[in-house]
Amino acid sequence: MFPKPIEKQPRAAQITYQAMLPIALLLWLGPLLAVALFSVKPAADFTNANYWGLPSSFEGAVNYGQVFFNSDMPRYLLNSFLITIPTVIGAVALSCMTGFALGIYKFRSNLWIFFLFVAGNFVPFQILMVPVRDLTLELGLYNTKTGLVLFHIAFQTGFCTLFMRNFIRALPFELIEAARVEGISEVRIFWYVVLPLMKPAIAALSVLIFTFIWNDYFWAVVLTQGAESQPVTAGITSFNAQFRAAYQLMSAGSIVAALPPVAMFFLMQKHFIAGLTLGAVK
Amino acid sequence: MSAVDVPEQESWFHRNQQRIAPWLFLAPGLLFFMVYVIIPVFQSFNLSLYEWDGLGAAEYVGFRNYEDLYWEWVDRDAFYTSLKNNLIWLILYLAAIPAGLFIALFLNQTVAGIRLYKSLFFFPFVISQVVVGLVFTWFYDPTFGLLNEFLSFFGLGPLNVLGDERFVTYGIIVAGLWPQTAYCMILYLTGLNAVDPEQIEAGRLDGAKGWRMLWHIILPQLRPATFIAFVVTIIGALRSFDLISIMTQGGPFGSSRVLAYYMFEVALSEYGFRMGYGAAIAVILFLIMLCFIAYFLWSMYREERGH
Repeated sequence: MFPKPIEKQPRAAQITYQAMLPIALLLWLGPLLAVALFSVKPAADFTNANYWGLPSSFEGAVNYGQVFFNSDMPRYLLNSFLITIPTVIGAVALSCMTGFALGIYKFRSNLWIFFLFVAGNFVPFQILMVPVRDLTLELGLYNTKTGLVLFHIAFQTGFCTLFMRNFIRALPFELIEAARVEGISEVRIFWYVVLPLMKPAIAALSVLIFTFIWNDYFWAVVLTQGAESQPVTAGITSFNAQFRAAYQLMSAGSIVAALPPVAMFFLMQKHFIAGLTLGAVK
Repeated sequence: MSAVDVPEQESWFHRNQQRIAPWLFLAPGLLFFMVYVIIPVFQSFNLSLYEWDGLGAAEYVGFRNYEDLYWEWVDRDAFYTSLKNNLIWLILYLAAIPAGLFIALFLNQTVAGIRLYKSLFFFPFVISQVVVGLVFTWFYDPTFGLLNEFLSFFGLGPLNVLGDERFVTYGIIVAGLWPQTAYCMILYLTGLNAVDPEQIEAGRLDGAKGWRMLWHIILPQLRPATFIAFVVTIIGALRSFDLISIMTQGGPFGSSRVLAYYMFEVALSEYGFRMGYGAAIAVILFLIMLCFIAYFLWSMYREERGH
């Protein structure tokens, strides 16, 4: 293990380390803790320039209540879920199949198609912006959740294919050989042999794509407008315009908007990290 | 797969299924990806040769949009500022890699509660960039921001980071480095887990420690992690849009624009709907990215051949 385990070092070093951990964490998360503090302060604290002191009264319930019952925030949150969940299902389903095709079969264009997915996944969004917006307009899907979902599924398929294909490559190929010898059809091999083994990859990708899509801002701005279809990342700008200078509400709103992927991360930490490292770092 | 149920077809399908199956599995994903990603890239190339407001008829203008990028002095200024800022982003964003490694080394211990510490350090990456942008806008705020509270403690400031053309881009990059460093940290933490303990022991016996150990024994084993950290950081730097849009909207006086933001501004905002001109900017950004994409693919290709 590197660096040298702290247990094997002098007592003084151990104590210093233990003391430094919380301090470093506080510094690292400082800006975020500030927002959390803002979100439970009463409005009066800001007019009295009491920014960093203790809240003169604890108004968390009032502020968050305002966010949930007196703004468009619940609508935006619902939109975010209605955009994110179908995207996760769609992208994972498509990439299970593309990953299977590219991971199992040997054919001449295999590597080229794989590289097409990888390269497409890296292009800047701006080069897709105008054509994708036009396509969405033509399909009559501009300013709908469906329009956003379709694009997200397509784009995320690139990354998901990269991940799935590499995962399937690492599976024992003998299983598939054996199944073929038994005369099992390819579709059944996919469904009964490979898919059950892909569960960890499916879990990892689902968590990761959930976070990516939830946090998307660019496409939300390009393809939607207005509370009926905008997700929370885009909605929060309108929310902030509505509550301009009401720092306690803007803070509470931000925290609410950030929470679902955070919860996802803490619940599914192991899968999340496996996904982030693209399966390349074991 | 209803075709499979027909007897004669089943036998034909059965005989050829290993050749056909991959295409059947690829079809839906590849079709989607073509329609929404690959074809639009070419459409944008084509569009960059036209002048189009998004509604009326498009007029073919050849390379005039590119000439305009170069000549029109008002826009040229904006274009060069964006290009220059993109370069600054690219270079400074790479600081996330050593910073992430540093934090990973700091946290790679087995004391009580370290798992929770690792998760909390990773926190900034999970949060939307929109929220990160808001958080840092307040952090820099000249009247109450934590940064200025801190500076005034030393008798300095106040400093209006986001309102000053000299600092604004750096200020936004620091905000971007926060989640990016967390990402690199997690890559290295996972990498450090897999470092071969026997090699470390062997190194220790040879008297290597500290920097020498890190450089000669640990870093070579972290190469896969470093490669991914490099890829995601470069892509992240060139994709920077959310933070700029939230924190400054390209200001003050357009001094914090990057190509990604400038493109959006000319093509799709109150500043106008110059789709062709926007597409030309996007093409330039794409070509910059393409250099890196080619390098990544080449590395992957060598890896594939190696197997």
